[in-house]
Amino acid sequence: MHELSIVTSIVESVTESLAAYPGAQVKEVRLRVGALASVVRESLEFCYEIAAEGTALAGSRLVVNVLPVVMHCVPCGQDVELEGVQSFRCPRCGEPCFDLRQGRELEIDSIEIEDGKEAA
Amino acid sequence: MTTRIVELRRGILKKNDELAAGLRASYAAAGVLVLNLVSSPGAGKTAFLEWTLTELRKRGVRVAALVGDLETDNDARRLAASGAPVRQINTHGICHLDAEMIGKHLANWEGVTLGGLDYLFIENVGNLVCPSSYDLGEAIRVVLLSVTEGEDKPLKYPTMFNSADAAVVTKMDLAVPCGFDRWAALKNINEIRPGIRIFETSVKSGVGLEEWLAYLEEQRKGRGHY
Repeated sequence: MHELSIVTSIVESVTESLAAYPGAQVKEVRLRVGALASVVRESLEFCYEIAAEGTALAGSRLVVNVLPVVMHCVPCGQDVELEGVQSFRCPRCGEPCFDLRQGRELEIDSIEIEDGKEAA
Repeated sequence: MTTRIVELRRGILKKNDELAAGLRASYAAAGVLVLNLVSSPGAGKTAFLEWTLTELRKRGVRVAALVGDLETDNDARRLAASGAPVRQINTHGICHLDAEMIGKHLANWEGVTLGGLDYLFIENVGNLVCPSSYDLGEAIRVVLLSVTEGEDKPLKYPTMFNSADAAVVTKMDLAVPCGFDRWAALKNINEIRPGIRIFETSVKSGVGLEEWLAYLEEQRKGRGHY
């Protein structure tokens, strides 16, 4: 249950980047969250409302884009997408995969803002 | 009314990751091997670490431990009985240790410098979810699983098991009374983290502990710390 500290970091980070857009109101914050990032989308959304209160992010929407796990399969010689996180085997050949290429992301992708004027 | 999209592409835990990278560099420069021990509450981290610290000290190895706990300093007192320097980090409700807490507690630790240590053990808060997101700059993340917990723990907490470098099964002396299905547990660990080193141990019976100590030594040698 560290979602509250995560959304607090999101609010701080977005607030910082708003310095370049005085007076801007945030409409939407888009996240990229890997399937192995160990955060729960519903908890993020729930905590977000609370953390955003009284900031330029108040009333904005949090959009969580979940990224599947991608591993590199040596026998197949290519990156493969796993269907879930219960088995780290290649879905094509069934061999174990050791090299994680995607799935731990926890990033702010972009924000949608309104009425902001870019600072000179 | 103007609406615009601003690309940020910024890691949410960037601050922690940067601090952890700094810590990692200072551990490497000092030649100390740092291990982060994670598990659910009650898996036996403290007992396992107590044994490890005591045994390494007997062999003249320089060790210390940082121990995270929500409120008490019970674990630190237990670990201090080994004679090794031990420092408590009370997180006051926070469910994980982070790089900032580690940095602060290392910075003003009386009588302890990284350069004076062979190993630094960090006992994380008992939690198999949140600590997985917070890099402490450790060289090795060790996940512990006790035989009393059920063989499917790795499947329930894949993020933690997938991010670990070694797995320690604890309380093997209770395996039979608990009806522990050893093969299922090993299979599940391997399914989530193929090829991971696994130690089946008991601090009561002593099983598996020599292999664990040999692993520690091998990891230090492998990293050029000798």
